[in-house]
Amino acid sequence: MQKTNTSRRDFLKLTTITGGGLMLGFSWFSADAEVPVLISKIPFAASSGFNSYLSIASDGMVTILSPNPELGQNIMTSFPMIVAEELDADWTKVKVLQAKLDTKNFDRQLTGGSGAVPHSWKRLRTAGATARAMLIEAAAQQWGVPAEECTASNGMVIHSKSGKQLDFGALAEKASLLPVPKDVKLKDRSNFKIIGQPVKNVANKSIITGKPLYGLDFYREGMLFAMIQRPASFGTKIKLVDSAAAKAMPDIVDVVVFKNNVAVVGKSTWAVMKARKVLKVEYENDGAIESTADHNNIFKSLLDTGKFDIKRKNGDVDAAFSTAAKIIKAEYQCPFLSHAPMEPMNFFADVRADGIELVGPTQTPASARNAVSKLLGVPEDKITLEITRLGGGFGRRLKFDYVVEAAELSSLIKAPVKVIWTREDDVTGGSYRPAVRYRFEAALDSTGNLVGYKLRGVGINAGNTTREDNFPSGAVDNLLIESMEHKSPITTGAWRAPITNFLGFAEQAFLDEVAEAAGKDPIQFRLELLAKARTAPAGAIKYSIDRMEAVIKLAAEKSGWGKKLGVFQGFSVYYSHLSYVAQVCEVMMEAGKPVVKKIYAVSDCGQVINLSGARQQVMGGITDGLGHAMYSKLTFKGGATDQKNFNNYRLIRMKEIPEIECYFVDNGIDPTGLGEPALPPTGGAVANAIFKATGKRLRNQPFIDEEAFAAKP
Amino acid sequence: MPVYTLQINGKEYKADVAADTPLLWVLRDNLSLLGTKFGCGIAQCGACSILMNGNVTRACVLPVSSIKTAAITTIEGLSEKGDHPLQLAWDEVDVPQCGYCQAGQIMTAAALLKRKPHPTDAEIADALNGNICRCGAYHRIKEAVKLASTKI
Repeated sequence: MQKTNTSRRDFLKLTTITGGGLMLGFSWFSADAEVPVLISKIPFAASSGFNSYLSIASDGMVTILSPNPELGQNIMTSFPMIVAEELDADWTKVKVLQAKLDTKNFDRQLTGGSGAVPHSWKRLRTAGATARAMLIEAAAQQWGVPAEECTASNGMVIHSKSGKQLDFGALAEKASLLPVPKDVKLKDRSNFKIIGQPVKNVANKSIITGKPLYGLDFYREGMLFAMIQRPASFGTKIKLVDSAAAKAMPDIVDVVVFKNNVAVVGKSTWAVMKARKVLKVEYENDGAIESTADHNNIFKSLLDTGKFDIKRKNGDVDAAFSTAAKIIKAEYQCPFLSHAPMEPMNFFADVRADGIELVGPTQTPASARNAVSKLLGVPEDKITLEITRLGGGFGRRLKFDYVVEAAELSSLIKAPVKVIWTREDDVTGGSYRPAVRYRFEAALDSTGNLVGYKLRGVGINAGNTTREDNFPSGAVDNLLIESMEHKSPITTGAWRAPITNFLGFAEQAFLDEVAEAAGKDPIQFRLELLAKARTAPAGAIKYSIDRMEAVIKLAAEKSGWGKKLGVFQGFSVYYSHLSYVAQVCEVMMEAGKPVVKKIYAVSDCGQVINLSGARQQVMGGITDGLGHAMYSKLTFKGGATDQKNFNNYRLIRMKEIPEIECYFVDNGIDPTGLGEPALPPTGGAVANAIFKATGKRLRNQPFIDEEAFAAKP
Repeated sequence: MPVYTLQINGKEYKADVAADTPLLWVLRDNLSLLGTKFGCGIAQCGACSILMNGNVTRACVLPVSSIKTAAITTIEGLSEKGDHPLQLAWDEVDVPQCGYCQAGQIMTAAALLKRKPHPTDAEIADALNGNICRCGAYHRIKEAVKLASTKI
């Protein structure tokens, strides 16, 4: 066994599987490895140093370990597709396993930021191509022919001159004894057979037959169940707890108070649900008690007089506005939103003297373990974390509050426990998409050119409310982007396409207002701005003008922009994460009200991996974007949400979906991610189409509360 | 606590639980039938949809004491081999994203097709409007119900 110190050299490691077969471990840390190291004849069990692996068993089954949490983005299907492509595997013989948390070996074991495929693309391809080269070499040696004369296809190595062929399973053990080749050649895209095709979700069968996959499905003999009463209002803390009645309920083991939590622990879910109802907890103020009316006032006053951070400045905005032929001003506001994944928060924790076991749904297993380690003073190597399938995430499970509280409770009661949140706990419990208000101002010259642009955003615990380098930055000579934050006890967090999930709507709707004021077609107006950014950029350009232009043009073409009678079209385009999506929404008037009938979407996410999964991300993203723009809001009174559950926290339902038509731009570049980018443009396309239909601008979400939807007298 | 005898998926189960325990928690905590999901607890999302004597019912608000001899079908009992036309269609159309709501969607659709083997688009949307899919897989859910309806 050789070992070198360079991480580049550790990218690929080889071993045989006990009982025959090949296992190729590959490192997530060193994708550019050029000089792999051979380690042979090490039994499977001793291969713990591997980051991930693809193994080929003697029956031909190919297995790959998937490190990232699966929450519906379909990573457990797209990762093995990439490996199988370069391996020339038989897709029906590929399976994927969810990896446990392993920070020693994975460098990005999280789900967020639409980043998994872009991050792992080259690593997965190289691993597949390397194993393929070894299988071919093994076959060539066995047949006594040059490796160059052999090819691989559909799980077989073939020597067409002699007509010989062997399947991967028969070659795996021999291949495992060979040195790992350097510089394997990756396929030309034109030869892709699996990548880019629609491939079904590998978990379909388990899902549609009701197999236990999710955190809430995790049960262990002897474990206890717990629910936690948290303060009903933000800005309050526990004053007094009377748990006598709850403790006296059947099957209740204990009621434990820690921090601002009152945990009811019992022997079944229903027992703790019932006992929780008879808890008597009094709270007292511990911070600002805010209501939606307060937020509205705070927004207005801060937009006028607040101290803003300058995020980007080009040219001389004051001069541009003082000499403008026309000035357009508008303000846009969005409410707090709950992530509301269908599987409520939950986690299993067993804190024992010899270590801690954690099991459940999380988007950030490493951060969760780190937080548990710090809180309980237990080193990370004594804590295991098993990642279950996530019943949705949308960013909520990037926060690990519910993991830490489960561990803390287990350590207090010295027993294995699963903490379960009810839907009410989830809706009232924070980590929301923050409420934000924007003030936009645009200056046009006498020929309708956009010569000045100002954006000022104020958010409640929102961090930077802008994306200062996004379009139209770079296309306007005089520009000022500013942001500020109001600190509140109401907790917020990343919500699918953080900030851009609302900013995308506000910017694209405002640009529509500016185009109208300039007397220009909204698409033509944007193309003119992009042309200006290309020929005479104002400051740095941090988006691809070509990619944005391409999605705009294709969306115009596919939707028959401006050529349809009886339907009202609205346009929007947005760059988020690393991808570009343009959308055209079509609205018709029915019984005096606008109805969203259809949305065209053109996405440039680079190489599409799984066409079926990609369409799901686009259609789901649009449905998500539309539903929340139209219907969803959290409002506050006395620091508590008015909405508690799905009876009054409204999510989009089947009757409310429009037809959606998806297109992808094939520009030959590597994948740039698609979990989020289809969402941000939707609100703008919808609002702009509704304006065409009704003459009324939608500037606040949810749209359903706006005048355009008001009942006609 | 009383012992209830339940007819679930053609088998007899016994559960020693409080009379007001919702069937959902009996299935999950007592009988290890974990395909029926908890989503809201107030019959608003449909994740816990099951069939009671062929009618779709929300298990999260159905007290175990009210079931008596009714025949309960959960996703685990919809077909023996996972090959009910709806299950096959769900795979064929590649419906699931996170997948959490899908058992409830399928059970609701199963009741619909039993009642109305060839529903229109509007009838499908009517029947499934009570089932939330947070991933927004509604288009494919609808398509899969239509596909299954051609094979019943």
